[in-house]
Amino acid sequence: MKHRYLKNVATLNLISSRCSGCGKCLEVCPHNVFLLEGRKSVIVDKDRCMECGACAKNCPSNALEVKPGVGCAFAIIMGWLTGTEPNCDCSPGSGGSCC
Amino acid sequence: MQISSRELKIIPTSSELTFRDIWGTWKARWGIGRMAFIVEPGLYRIGTPDNNSPVLVSANYKMSFDSLRKELNGVNAWILVLDTKGINVWCAAGKGTFGTQELVNRMSIVQLEKVVSHRTVIVPQLGAPGISAHLVTKASGFKVVFGPVRAKDLKEFIKLGLKATTEMRTVKFNTYDRLVLTPVELVGTFKISLMIFGVLFLLNLLGIGPFGLVDLYAYLGAVVVGCVLTPVLLPWIPVRAFAWKGWILGFIWAVAVNVLNGWNWTAVPEYSILRALGYLFILPPISAFLAMNFTGSSTFTSFSGVLKEMRRAVPAIIISITLGIVLILVNSFIL
Repeated sequence: MKHRYLKNVATLNLISSRCSGCGKCLEVCPHNVFLLEGRKSVIVDKDRCMECGACAKNCPSNALEVKPGVGCAFAIIMGWLTGTEPNCDCSPGSGGSCC
Repeated sequence: MQISSRELKIIPTSSELTFRDIWGTWKARWGIGRMAFIVEPGLYRIGTPDNNSPVLVSANYKMSFDSLRKELNGVNAWILVLDTKGINVWCAAGKGTFGTQELVNRMSIVQLEKVVSHRTVIVPQLGAPGISAHLVTKASGFKVVFGPVRAKDLKEFIKLGLKATTEMRTVKFNTYDRLVLTPVELVGTFKISLMIFGVLFLLNLLGIGPFGLVDLYAYLGAVVVGCVLTPVLLPWIPVRAFAWKGWILGFIWAVAVNVLNGWNWTAVPEYSILRALGYLFILPPISAFLAMNFTGSSTFTSFSGVLKEMRRAVPAIIISITLGIVLILVNSFIL
């Protein structure tokens, strides 16, 4: 069975005019979001994106934009409660489980 | 300053896991000493590597390091362990501790350029959210090759001349992967569960109860549904939001609790209809909340997605549980 999460939410954006077609994004993406078509990378399934930020970080021509973040409800709750950015900072006994 | 005279420190290790290593992993899975399950950052050798041997980068969470080295039976390699504060590669990459800066610094600290004659390091693919390959090269001269997602594919990856197949590049999250993550979810609920039991006990003492065995197993069942059953059945529950997945199974559980207590659509349960309704309002959102928290353990949820889900689920959960508690308390006062 394939895992599918919510549709039309990912902040991933590919600026095609900057893409040099090096294929680095295909290499680092854990969910096969990209494909090389012709000499450009294209997003084949944006809904598979988990916003890890690997592609943007490794794009030598800055053609990719994504707001990286943790897809972790517990981190978001802690962020709401403490008024900080949600981060993956679980410690034992805190009830968290992300790392 | 004579930096060149610094001694090379190389720590020997092996692909064999001892009983203690395996016991340590088991404990960490249950949330025992998880944050202290670490190895020393630095350069390790496995087998008898020489200056042509591959350099594999890892995190200093011992479970990460162990799952790497146990796949290297018969391989001669260097392992460069970064200081990720005891966090695994993927999470640490997200935080940035498994990052460009730490990799460049660590290579310099261990004087990697003196240990190997080539200029390539193999970084696990899931380290990519933290490591910018082109910036590492710019800063250190070392080329970063992203290896497979799973350490078990490393031998094949090396054999293919440092090439990963699409299969090796794809994250999986199969039933077993999900099952091993559930104990720590359960353990995470202990503290709050004890507090709930304490409150119910106090209410009993005050005569507002009586809360008894049915409440106990109804609650524990909802916890197991949210922490274990929903994660295990995850892809088969035909909705996308994790809270929804948990709510559906939790609802089935709540109906089951009422049926177990004599509700058969013609007869009411042994307890009043108010209490039966109370269970239907309280138990599903408990499972929903715990299932929602499993987003953090999953491998495919995005921040934007979880936020969207939570903006709807959290208020609904609070309203439903409040309603349920009111129903049950009203029921206790009437009787």
